[in-house]
Amino acid sequence: MRTATKDLLRLATIGSVDDGKSTLIGRILVDTRQLFDDQLDAVSAASEKRGVGDFDLSFVTDGLRAEREQGITIDVAYRYASTPKRKFIIADCPGHVQYTRNMATGASTADLALVVLDVAHGLKEQTRRHLCIAALLGVHAAIVVVNKMDGVNWSQTAFQRVVDEIETIARQLSFNEVSIIPASALYGDNVVEASPNATWYDGPTVLGALESSGAGTWTKTTHGARLPIQWVLRQDGGGRTYAGMVNGDSFFVGDTVTLMPAKVETTIRAISFGGVGRIEANVGLSIDLDLTDETDAGRGDLLATTPLPTVTKELTATICWFGETPLTVGQRLRLKHTTKVTPVRVSDITGVVDIETLRIDESSSLSTNEIGLAALQCADWLVVDDYRDNRVTGSFVLIDEVTNATVAAGMVGRAAFL
Amino acid sequence: MTPTPLRPAQTADYLDLLESHAIFILREVAAECERPVLLFSGGKDSTVLLHLAMKAFTPQKLPFPVMHIDTGQNFPEVLEYRDQLTTSLGVRLIVARVQETIDQGKVVDPGPMGSRNRLQSVTLLHAITDNGFDAAFGGARRDEDKARAKERILSFRDNFGQWDPRQQRPELWQLYQGKVNPGEHLRAFPLSDWTELDIWQYIERERMELPSIYFAHERDVVLRDSMWLAVGPFVEPRANETVETRMVRFRTVGDANCTGAVDSRADTLTAIIAEVASANVSERGATRADDRFSETAMEDRKREGYF
Repeated sequence: MRTATKDLLRLATIGSVDDGKSTLIGRILVDTRQLFDDQLDAVSAASEKRGVGDFDLSFVTDGLRAEREQGITIDVAYRYASTPKRKFIIADCPGHVQYTRNMATGASTADLALVVLDVAHGLKEQTRRHLCIAALLGVHAAIVVVNKMDGVNWSQTAFQRVVDEIETIARQLSFNEVSIIPASALYGDNVVEASPNATWYDGPTVLGALESSGAGTWTKTTHGARLPIQWVLRQDGGGRTYAGMVNGDSFFVGDTVTLMPAKVETTIRAISFGGVGRIEANVGLSIDLDLTDETDAGRGDLLATTPLPTVTKELTATICWFGETPLTVGQRLRLKHTTKVTPVRVSDITGVVDIETLRIDESSSLSTNEIGLAALQCADWLVVDDYRDNRVTGSFVLIDEVTNATVAAGMVGRAAFL
Repeated sequence: MTPTPLRPAQTADYLDLLESHAIFILREVAAECERPVLLFSGGKDSTVLLHLAMKAFTPQKLPFPVMHIDTGQNFPEVLEYRDQLTTSLGVRLIVARVQETIDQGKVVDPGPMGSRNRLQSVTLLHAITDNGFDAAFGGARRDEDKARAKERILSFRDNFGQWDPRQQRPELWQLYQGKVNPGEHLRAFPLSDWTELDIWQYIERERMELPSIYFAHERDVVLRDSMWLAVGPFVEPRANETVETRMVRFRTVGDANCTGAVDSRADTLTAIIAEVASANVSERGATRADDRFSETAMEDRKREGYF
C-alpha cells in the first residue's frame, strides 16, 4: 500500500496573540483525525490538570511547560498532516511581538500564511506586522480566518468590516491569492466542517481552502538554475564532482553553466542523485554535478545557468532585525548566504518600516523586531539574486560575531510595496 | 483581486525531497563544524540517518565517526546488528558505556533491573566533551513528541549541554549556521520533518535491513504498565505477573526494560507499513515507559542534554 505522491503545502500560522492560532491548528488536527488516541488523552489530562476545561485545543501544539502554564505560544511547533488530497507541514507560530524571530523562522519556509484574527478586534498592529513580514519573506498566498464568529452571533456586518480591512492590506502587500473565511476554531465552524450558523456564507471551509490553494512548495522560478556548492566529492580514480541542493530551476546534462564568482563557463557532463545517474537535476534535490572542464570550484562558489546572478561585495537589502541591542551603522557582523560565510559591516541604514502605514521613515538604526533598509559592505564576493526572483540566492542571515546567535533575516533588494 | 496561479512544478517524489533535505543538512553541518559525530543506536531512525550520511558523501569515506551510547541494557539482536552494519560500511564506531560512567562514580547505579534511561544523558555529554565534538547528529523526528515538535533542526546546547526552549536561535530558510564557541555544541536533526510512516516507506524503497526485533516474532512477555515487556536479563517477572508467549514486534528500539512490544503479525516491511498507517496509538505512547514519568518528560530530559 504505497501512498501515491501527494502535493505538499507548507503553511505558517500568522496573527496576534490570543486570536486563536493554536486553537485553530488543534481543531484542524483533531477534526481531520491526525492525532493518536494517547495524544488526545494526554491533551485531556493536561487540560484538566491546569483547570482549562475538558480539552484545550491549543495544548495540541503548545507542548512546552511554560507555554501551558502561561497559555501562550513561545516558539514554533511543527505538525504534519495528510488528507486524501494533500500533505501539509504546519508551522504554528507565536503571536507575541517579542517572539517575532520565531514567527519569521516559521514563515521563512512557508508557501501560505494561515492568518487568524478575532472578528471583534479586527486587524491589530501585530497582525499587520506579521502580514508585512510574511509578504517580505515571499509568502504571497493567504487564507484569512476571521475567528470567534460565535462571539458576535455570526454577524455578517461584523465579518464584512474585517473583510474590508484585510482586502486593503492584502492589496498593499501584493498578496495574490486571498481567501477570507468566517469561523469558530473553538467550536469547529467552517474549519473542517461547514457551519450551519453562517447561513450567508457559501465559500470553502479552512481545510477546503488549504486543499485547493494554488500555493505549493518548490515552485520553479524563471530566473535560472542555481547550485550553491556545499561539498566537493573526490571520485574514485580521480576527478571531482560538486554537491549541493538545486534551486531556481532544473539543470540538465549538457547545459552550459557558469561557475561564479569566477565567471568560468563549462558544461554539465553528468548528474548523479544518491549515486544514480539522471539527466535532470530538479529543484529541491541534493545532487552532484560532474563538469567537462577542470575547475577550481569549492564550497561557497555557485554554478548557474542564465540569466546569471550578480557578483557583488555591496548589498542593498531589507532587514528584519532580531538583536537585543539596535543595529547601527558601522556595526560588524558575520553574514551567511547560501554556503558562504563572510564578515560584513553596516555601511548605511536608509529607513525603517512604519507598520501602520507601510511607509519608510528615516532612521539611522533598527531596534529589536523592526524592519528596515540597509546597505552592507562584505569582505568577500557574494553571488546573489534579488529575493523576489529567488528565495535561496536572495536570502541571508546576520550572525553575532561573539555569541554566534542569528540576529537578522536579510533579503536582497526591496519589496515593491516598500 | 485576481489570484495568480502558483501551481508547483511536480519535481520529484516526496521521499526524494525529504532525502535531499536531510542530505543537505548533513553536508552543511559536516562543512561548518570542526568535529561532528553521528549518534547511532541501531534503531530504525538512526539507521536511516546513517544510510543518508553514506549517500551524502559517497564515494568518499564518512567524514565523521558514529557513536553509540550503550546503556548495557540493550536487546542483543540490536547490538549484533550495530556491529555488523558499522563493520560492513567501514565507519568508525565509538561506544560510550553507561557502565563506565557508573564505575567512575559520576552517576549512581540504579541496580540490574533499574532504568538507565536518564543516565544516558550524562554518558552522552561526557562523551561529547571527552572527544571534543561540536555537533552531534540525531535521528529524532518532530512528530515523535510535543517537545521535539518545537525544536530547531540545528539545536544549540550551552556549556552545560542544556537545551533552552525559550532561547532558540532563529532558523531562517535553509540557512543552517553551525558555529559554536568552545564547550558548546549543536544537535542536528536531519530527519526533523519525517513522520514514522515516511521512515518505513523509505526503508522499504531503499531495501534497508533492520534488527530482527522490528518484525513480528514469538517472545516471552509480561504485562507491565499496560505494555508487553520482553522477559530477559533486564526484566524478571514479578510475583503478580504471568509470562505469556505472544506474537509481537517492537515499534521503537530503546532499553529492554523500558521499551514495550506490540501485538503484531507484521513480519514484512509491507505489512509494517500497513500497520503503521492504521495505528491508533503513537509509537512512543505505545512503547516507551520513559515518556510516562510526567506531562513534559521529554522536554525535561532534553533540557538535561538527552538525545
